[in-house]
Amino acid sequence: MTLIKTSINRRSFLKATAMAGGGFMLSFSWLGCEPGKKDALTIPKEWFELNGYLKIGENGVVTIMSPNPEIGQNVKTSMPMIVAEELDVDWKNVIVEQAPLNTAIFTRQLAGGSQSIRQSWPGLRTAGATARHMLREAAATTWKVPVDEITTEAGTLFHKASGKSSTYGEMASAAAKIPVPKEVKLKDVKDFKIIGTPRKNVDGFKIVTGQPLYGLDYRKEGMLIAMIAHPPAFGLKLKSIDDSAAKAMPGIKDVFTIKTYQEDYSKHMFDVTAFNELVVVVGNTTWEVMNARKALKLEWEPFGEYTETYAHFMTGAKMPAKIPAGLESTSKHAQVMAELSKKNGKVVRKDGNPEAVFKKAAKVIERSYSAPFLAHNTMEPMNFFADVTADKAELAGPIQTPEYMEKSVAARLGLPLEKVDIKMTRMGGGFGRRLYGHFLVEAGVISQKMKAPIKLIYTREDDMTFGSYRPSYHALYRAALDANSNLIAFHVRAGGIPESPLFANRFPAGAIENYLAEEWSMESNISIGAFRAPRSNFIAGAEQAFLDEVAEAAGKDPIQFRLDLLAKAKSNPVGEKNDYEVDRYAGVLELVKNKSKWGEEMPGVFRGVSAYFCHNSYVAHVIDLAMENGKPRVQKVHCAVDCGIVVNPLAATNLVEGGSVDGIGQSMYSGLTFTDGAPDQKNFDKYRVIRHREAPKSIDVHFVQNDIDPTGLGEPPFPPVIGALANALYKATGKRHYQQPFLGEGITLG
Amino acid sequence: MANFNLKINGKKQQVDVDPTTPVLWVLRDHLNLVGTKFGCGMAMCGACTIHLDGNATRSCVLPVSSIGDMEITTIEGLSENGDHPVQKAWLEIDVPQCGYCQAGQIMSAAALLKSNPKPSDEEIEAAMNGNICRCATYVRIKQAIKTASNNL
Ligand code: FES
Ligand code: FES
Repeated sequence: MTLIKTSINRRSFLKATAMAGGGFMLSFSWLGCEPGKKDALTIPKEWFELNGYLKIGENGVVTIMSPNPEIGQNVKTSMPMIVAEELDVDWKNVIVEQAPLNTAIFTRQLAGGSQSIRQSWPGLRTAGATARHMLREAAATTWKVPVDEITTEAGTLFHKASGKSSTYGEMASAAAKIPVPKEVKLKDVKDFKIIGTPRKNVDGFKIVTGQPLYGLDYRKEGMLIAMIAHPPAFGLKLKSIDDSAAKAMPGIKDVFTIKTYQEDYSKHMFDVTAFNELVVVVGNTTWEVMNARKALKLEWEPFGEYTETYAHFMTGAKMPAKIPAGLESTSKHAQVMAELSKKNGKVVRKDGNPEAVFKKAAKVIERSYSAPFLAHNTMEPMNFFADVTADKAELAGPIQTPEYMEKSVAARLGLPLEKVDIKMTRMGGGFGRRLYGHFLVEAGVISQKMKAPIKLIYTREDDMTFGSYRPSYHALYRAALDANSNLIAFHVRAGGIPESPLFANRFPAGAIENYLAEEWSMESNISIGAFRAPRSNFIAGAEQAFLDEVAEAAGKDPIQFRLDLLAKAKSNPVGEKNDYEVDRYAGVLELVKNKSKWGEEMPGVFRGVSAYFCHNSYVAHVIDLAMENGKPRVQKVHCAVDCGIVVNPLAATNLVEGGSVDGIGQSMYSGLTFTDGAPDQKNFDKYRVIRHREAPKSIDVHFVQNDIDPTGLGEPPFPPVIGALANALYKATGKRHYQQPFLGEGITLG
Repeated sequence: MANFNLKINGKKQQVDVDPTTPVLWVLRDHLNLVGTKFGCGMAMCGACTIHLDGNATRSCVLPVSSIGDMEITTIEGLSENGDHPVQKAWLEIDVPQCGYCQAGQIMSAAALLKSNPKPSDEEIEAAMNGNICRCATYVRIKQAIKTASNNL
């Protein structure tokens, strides 16, 4: 049993007053999650709030807040499960509500970096345990028995010796008057009853019956629809606007320009936007606004180089960021990337004497890998609701970074932070795109100007051409083998537009005596942002495909080759700092090897393997590929995952399946290319995403069982699958694939 | 602007809109039936799938003027209590991640099973290929369609 101090986030656990009738949460009740019709719970007459995370009704029904934004990673189910576990209630009696944005109560209300569960784990457990303790204290006081003799089970308190019992509902009123304990005991992992069991999506019924859940579904009486027109190419800005025809069209209220951020504003890392000045059309309905926007006559002109100021998100230190002028094209990018990869980069890590060893090597293998920009293409395009009045702003919609964007929009609207309220809707996907909330600020500015509630809607074309893309990357790898085919030196030189994907201290660093890692980058005015497993989403595939080739040259089985390297990193680690745990890394490889029956031949099936560590988790994949009508089709994905304790195996499996298929899809088909600054793909007619017919036929997910506190899961399954796919493709076709997308129909990097 | 008498989910509805307005926006903006989703606006993603006289149709490119007296069914009207075999199978398999595409997936799947109650894997893939799921729940969708098919 762990003792934990409730002071981690003391304000979350301060005694709250009893609240009648559901209180503040229910004003926007469609944001919450009442159970579906078939298993409707009786809503209590009175709620007793024991802390910011939960309240208990007199009838024993419990409401648990889900603090973080839900983007499809299923935190809205998993996070409340953790509270319910420590509270010790029956999951059937739990109602989940999306919590309000309140950083005084909740820690890190952000969806990103696969950190929701990991960072909130102690806080969520403490919330449940604190409330349970207060219920036990209340029972002990009422029954005049020592608190240590009070036990609980699924929402009922017991005093075994006297035979007394009481439901949480009956004791809730008394518990609300108990002082918050200074420290509480957390359960032993072995006593978990909810964590580790499969629980269905709490929004499932609403989703399958089409009830309003998403930002795009949000509406308010008198709400207008707004759309924006942004420059058609990166490197352009607005020159002139003729809105006479558009303004005269039916249903149109106004056409004007806005600046998303003021010129003297210091941005934070999520304020990225390539297009600060926008043309706005506001009208009654979406179709009318769409048509009026087409009637705008807009002229654009190239901008000159300029500098933006970013404030460091921890220290507040101001940092300039230069935005170059020019209209960039993919063909030119490819040429410059190839040139830069031939020059020395910035040395990030060096072990031993790699240069000398490469010179005397019996064999040197050198390969280059590249990948295009990617658009996130969340299924629900960017949108946001805003209702800004003279003294306050109410916003609602899909945002991964509400804490940060609240600051941005408050500053932009000239309102104090406490007058800005952001409601988190369920999101139709995130993948990192909704970390960058310019659309939220745009909505606020438009509503302030219109003095009316508005909903800003991006079309797919707006969404796909607005920026914040996954960068384009390049990596050159070299390996030196001695006469006995031993790997004696390793070199990676990785770069990209505008950042390098390198993680210099990850495997195989630490396993090779002579190791060199260099990076380079190339500036660009195309805006980029985090995309599911940033940087890893490219470098893992490149590295794991290269290692496959090195293993082949060394005449070794690719899994054994990796395990041998890991054994070296364990027994005799090279260098000061290696960012991975050898045993867990080897563990997922061993698991996938067993489960996939690696080594068994299956006629017509071609296999590739890969493993990677990121976001504190370890994942290994084996892909079984077959050729069907001349095209490769993944028959089966075998996946082994070590993410510590699995909170909800049903949702976790779904997420691993999704991450694996996403990785296969992006690397096989997707890519965004540019001609004179303009994206060549603007909608799903040209931008390829994986579809039903291309998806793997089956996926087996295996979790390593351990008691380690949970680590990331939304991102880790994505990067390694790309390597496994590349390696299986080689077996199937006899050809190595170095450029993503591997089957890029019409997409070439030059 | 023109008046249109529509039959949606068994109910008569009258709207006064531009005749070129796609059914998607009539549903979402004028009738507050927001279960039908917007994903691409060019019949490439399937998020806006409805039934038109029982056939799966992309409502984002379907002008309201072309409906005539055909009957529209949306996700809200697929079943009275959310208990269509496809909806039930979706819940049983716990298909959704973000969930945004799922109304369209369910409408496509329901239309498929109506015309072909025992589809093969290839037939499922062909019928569903126009429905993108960015969260990539494809394997579960197929599983749920098979479950629904067995429970028909
Ligand atoms: S919105 Fe109609 S098919 Fe995409
Ligand atoms: S569940 Fe997110 S797009 Fe399908």
